[in-house]
Amino acid sequence: MGKTFGERTRAGPPGERARSTVTGPGAPPGAGPDPVLEAVEVTRTYRLEGVSVEALRGVSLAVRPGDFLAIVGPSGSGKSTLMHLLGGLDRPTSGTLRVGGADVSRMGRDDLARIRNRTVGFVFQAFQLLARTSAVDNVALPLVYRGTRRSERRERAVAALAAVGMGHRLRHTPNQLSGGEQQRVAIARALVGEPQVILADEPTGNLDTQRGAEVIDLLGRLRSERGMAVVVVTHDTGIAGRASRQVHVRDGVVEYVVDGP
Amino acid sequence: MRLAEAWRVALTALRTNRLRSALTMLGVVIGVSAVVLLVAIGTGAKVEVENQVQGLGSNLLLVVPGELSFGSAPTSSRLTLSDVDAVGRLVGNREVVAATVTSGEVIRTGNREVFATVQGTTETLPNVFSRPLARGEYLRRSDVDTRRRVAVLGASSAGRLFGDREPIGRQVSIAGVRFRVVGVLARTGTSAFGGADPDLTAYIPITAAQRLLGTQRVDGLAVKAPDLAGINALGARIVAALQQRYPGEKFSAVTQEQILGVVGRILGLLTFVLAAIASISLLVGGVGITNIMLVSVRERTREIGLRKAVGARQRDILVQFLIEAVLLTTVGGLVGIGLGVAGAALIDRFSPVPAAVVWWSPLLAFGVSAGVGVFFGVAPARRAGRLDPVAALRTE
Repeated sequence: MGKTFGERTRAGPPGERARSTVTGPGAPPGAGPDPVLEAVEVTRTYRLEGVSVEALRGVSLAVRPGDFLAIVGPSGSGKSTLMHLLGGLDRPTSGTLRVGGADVSRMGRDDLARIRNRTVGFVFQAFQLLARTSAVDNVALPLVYRGTRRSERRERAVAALAAVGMGHRLRHTPNQLSGGEQQRVAIARALVGEPQVILADEPTGNLDTQRGAEVIDLLGRLRSERGMAVVVVTHDTGIAGRASRQVHVRDGVVEYVVDGP
Repeated sequence: MRLAEAWRVALTALRTNRLRSALTMLGVVIGVSAVVLLVAIGTGAKVEVENQVQGLGSNLLLVVPGELSFGSAPTSSRLTLSDVDAVGRLVGNREVVAATVTSGEVIRTGNREVFATVQGTTETLPNVFSRPLARGEYLRRSDVDTRRRVAVLGASSAGRLFGDREPIGRQVSIAGVRFRVVGVLARTGTSAFGGADPDLTAYIPITAAQRLLGTQRVDGLAVKAPDLAGINALGARIVAALQQRYPGEKFSAVTQEQILGVVGRILGLLTFVLAAIASISLLVGGVGITNIMLVSVRERTREIGLRKAVGARQRDILVQFLIEAVLLTTVGGLVGIGLGVAGAALIDRFSPVPAAVVWWSPLLAFGVSAGVGVFFGVAPARRAGRLDPVAALRTE
């Protein structure tokens, strides 16, 4: 599943931008499950102090359930921007973007918040856990904004922590946990709402090689166990190689795609 | 559900930085306690004066020279005892008309002396003003007719001059003239606003007082009306009669209700001004709230970004921070109310200044403090809600 549209397009000599549809929206119906994330010619332009910055200049891709996708590129390539868009943290300037089947390009803020709460789960490079808050409470946070009852929140948080191997550290606060442990708590938090896709922005950036590998393994395992899609944004080609498909971006467009193992 | 969570988050946030929360609250605490205390003092003064005026007696008409208006200076009296008789005839009963002439004099006995308020009165005084006796008897008509040198002492005068000894039958010297004590009044109990002891008095026949002071004048003329219904009409008739006797002069008949009305307005205004001044500190406290909330929002920008990333809506963030501000002000308000009420109780008990806490003033103060929290907290809360999650997450 998910590899139907692997295609390699040529990267031309420097200066030539390959504007490509890697996995096209024009996929024949019935060719696989509906994409969890679907971008068509998505652009994002920021206005900063009077200057326009084109962070994304036309990206199309699709992520299906169970995909393990790496978005690779150097700093400034637009990969983080792409992830933010895919997760509903931001809206595209133009183009079509469907998250969980819903068109987010015209969505209001509250609806986007709902997407972030239910359809996607984020993992950040800097972990972004709430300080002075226990692991359980950290993991349960998305459920708070869903209106879940306290007891059920706790139940599900504990289960999520167990799934990432942190069941023995429920009460610990972030300053009592190592980097790798904190990231695992963050992954549990991303899981707890049972999203369709996990979006991880440089999840191993603040970890040493071994911990980083463990985190990627964990993500891969969770993906097979639960059928979620996982999208990892990284500049590390080694990490990228562990995904089943790599999308290489540069200067706001997709340069090429590599179908992995 | 989210509301309960927001309360919990707010409490945690405030508890995390206890010192900062306490200092921020201080402005509201001071403001609220000042308002509660000053309103209590204003109210206490009003209640005090009301009690005194009502304690004079009931259905009273006080006849004063001049036109009684707000802030007018008292005119000196030209009334004499013959005017008192005339009023008595007009009312139809001379027993309910009392006249006084007042002076401050030294009263001596043996080796003790006091400086007291000496009132020359008609024998009818107890009919008009409530003046219960502790022992002996009051002045008689014959005393007034014959200018007899007898005196009734107020409770404090008797106490200071005679201690535990029996004053009745003994001699005192008032302004150098000897009088025999025939009665002692009971303690009146109300402490006068201003500190003067209302029981440091002596009552002598008005005629004897006039001779003592070398005057024919009557300072005060009071009538006890038969009922409240006709009191204003009676007052008008008395004034008309006096103005007839003294053409060109003005007189006024004042009821307790009128006095209370004027006093009520003056003290009500005073209370309001005091409260308004105290509210300024509440305003300053509110500004402090805004300031700290803005700092708090900036400090927690990343946290806000994260909350939005996991699904918090703009509204959720706004409510969270607004609750924090309201929590600060309402807790501060409660502490302020406690301090204000305690302060009022202390002042009332241990100082000559009266203070009475009305039931609505703590409620109002609480409501205002909650309002201050909302008013001064909404701007920072809005700012928190509007933060862009992407930028917020990137913040240091």
